[in-house]
Amino acid sequence: MKWKFDENTPIYLQIVEQIKTQIATGQLKAGDKLPAVRELAVEAGVNPNTMQKALSQLEREGLLYSVRTSGRFVAGLEEQSEKLQNELASQYMESFLDSMNSLGYTAQEAVSVLQAHVNKK
Amino acid sequence: MDFLVDCRSLKKSYGRRPVLHDFSLQLERGRIIGLLGPNGSGKTTFIKILAGILSKNSGEIKISGRQIGIESKKIVSYLPERTYFSPSMKVKDTIKFFEDFYKDFKRERAEQMLSGLDISLNSKIKELSKGTREKVQLVLVMSREAELYLLDEPMGGVDPAARDYILKTILTNYNENASVIISTHLISDVEKVLDDVVFIKEGNVVLHQSVDEIRRENGMSVDALFREVFAC
Repeated sequence: MKWKFDENTPIYLQIVEQIKTQIATGQLKAGDKLPAVRELAVEAGVNPNTMQKALSQLEREGLLYSVRTSGRFVAGLEEQSEKLQNELASQYMESFLDSMNSLGYTAQEAVSVLQAHVNKK
Repeated sequence: MDFLVDCRSLKKSYGRRPVLHDFSLQLERGRIIGLLGPNGSGKTTFIKILAGILSKNSGEIKISGRQIGIESKKIVSYLPERTYFSPSMKVKDTIKFFEDFYKDFKRERAEQMLSGLDISLNSKIKELSKGTREKVQLVLVMSREAELYLLDEPMGGVDPAARDYILKTILTNYNENASVIISTHLISDVEKVLDDVVFIKEGNVVLHQSVDEIRRENGMSVDALFREVFAC
């Protein structure tokens, strides 16, 4: 797994996001087994407690589940990756609209310049 | 609550110059803690008191319920700022040295890490570069099954790629009941591995908080906050 962290948000939240992206894009599939916490932490170069916190949150959200003694797995809901995809897509759209808004575009204007941009391509 | 390090109203002066004023700090087990502060703020003095090589003037300090002394040294593994092996020693002599001194030293672990770093057991200390000497010393310190690891500037002399290796070495080797204190100026390099940070300013603790909280409350990295708190 490739990990990349920015400076300003808690690292466990960034790990949660990155694992969600992997599930949404199918890089992690239902039933896949995750490596041990310590192993993942070393791979990402983060504190094991931080990794644990991120994985626990993903479990609470139902995206991962653990089986005592055999490890932690990606949950197998069919609709899950679609739901995640929608969730991530709406985050990206929000952040696009925010950025455009800070440039002075209303949401409507942002949509029409985006449309124009896509047409040009 | 049973703290690993419990330090209350610690005072230390060098001659008439006070270095630690009323210094209080409680640290839990299973954490990696960054001890951060500008030059001369008292970081090394505090670490040396914990390591048992400097004595306090007054105040209370206990490690895992033990007073500082022979008993505390059994459970504390200390990496000083400078390496202390004799230049004529070979790497394998330094392993023997640690094995003789510390009951909790794990020879296989040390040998495995050294071979991972391509450091030959037959090299002489004086033939190694400064960075490699530091790596040897860190490997030895992390090969003990200690309860508290004190790492004073563990990455001072090594290049950025080796810093990542060193951090991974630290992450792989401490256990859940042990804590690691890392004093450093290279905050952005260590930030990802820390649970908590302690900011020291002029011999006092000015902040003790988790990295997650700092990022959430301030929307900035520890490195950025440090620059703000200690702006000259």
